[in-house]
Amino acid sequence: MNLGILVNEGPYTHEASDSAYHFCKAALASGHQIQRVFFYHDGVNNATRLTEPPQDDRHIVNRWSKLAADNKLDLVVCVAAALRRGIKDENLAAGFRISGLGQLIESSIQADRMVTFGD
Amino acid sequence: MSEGQVKKIMYVNRKAPYGTIYALESLEVVLIAAAFDQDVSLAFMDDGVYQLKKGHQTKGIEVKNFQPTYRALDDYDINKLYVEKEALEARGLSEEDMCVPVEVMSAAEIGKLMEEQDVLLSF
Amino acid sequence: MLHIVNKSPLERNALDSCLAAAQQGAAVLLIEDGVYAATRGHAAEGKLQAALSRLEIYVLTPDLEARGMAQSLAEGVKPVDYAGFVELVVKHKNCQSWL
Repeated sequence: MNLGILVNEGPYTHEASDSAYHFCKAALASGHQIQRVFFYHDGVNNATRLTEPPQDDRHIVNRWSKLAADNKLDLVVCVAAALRRGIKDENLAAGFRISGLGQLIESSIQADRMVTFGD
Repeated sequence: MSEGQVKKIMYVNRKAPYGTIYALESLEVVLIAAAFDQDVSLAFMDDGVYQLKKGHQTKGIEVKNFQPTYRALDDYDINKLYVEKEALEARGLSEEDMCVPVEVMSAAEIGKLMEEQDVLLSF
Repeated sequence: MLHIVNKSPLERNALDSCLAAAQQGAAVLLIEDGVYAATRGHAAEGKLQAALSRLEIYVLTPDLEARGMAQSLAEGVKPVDYAGFVELVVKHKNCQSWL
């Protein structure tokens, strides 16, 4: 089954991004496809490569980048929400791309299921 | 793209305006969604009903008043706006306090509509 | 359909709103801080017990364990891992997150 994911919160403050990540990993392990992960609201903060957590903590941004590279995931950051919060191509982490809200609507139309993670 | 495919998509709004950005950014999604010719509806529950409370005046907090945008939704053929009855009552509001025409229904009735949707997006 | 609740029932009304809207036979999955609703001995316990008669209630085990509440799981609530979470999403036509 083809699953669309919406992440509405940034890393670390809320568990949303962790939950979405673990969900995606489990879905892929069960043989499902992730149609797209769309980052909206503060969720766009998951996409900055300037993130530097302490060494003994998980690196939420790099974890998404790796999951995307390993599984050819489409990680899309909403352009309007990103620009509001200072996320641009110049500080975008690997595996993410910035695009319009239409990508979220398209995802909800094309995916078999849409799961929202937020606060 | 997804030509010909029409899905029932409900946007569920449960948060008050201005205190957080969810109401505004949710509205931005709805406006984009209008271009995709899907079967769109909006549900306002809990503090989400405050989004439609008439008379927002945001000059003092220097934030854009996005209430007029709700009135423009009809121009985009988005006119299925459902407001939770219990939420209005709990907040001392009534249908007359809403800035746009809405259909007031119980939480259970909205829940029934949720069952019929292909997609639920909540912010 | 599947309802997902991620808030503590003692701090927010997400569970109340979910239960008010959820139709007979629907599934409710408690994740993140929502897992506290699935435990015994708290002030909102009655709400969940009442809901168990008409809804399928699930709890995400990793979130329950993380919070030291695994031993307090209320009777009738079904524990699932992330693979089980995925299965619930696949099994139901749609899902609503009560953020």
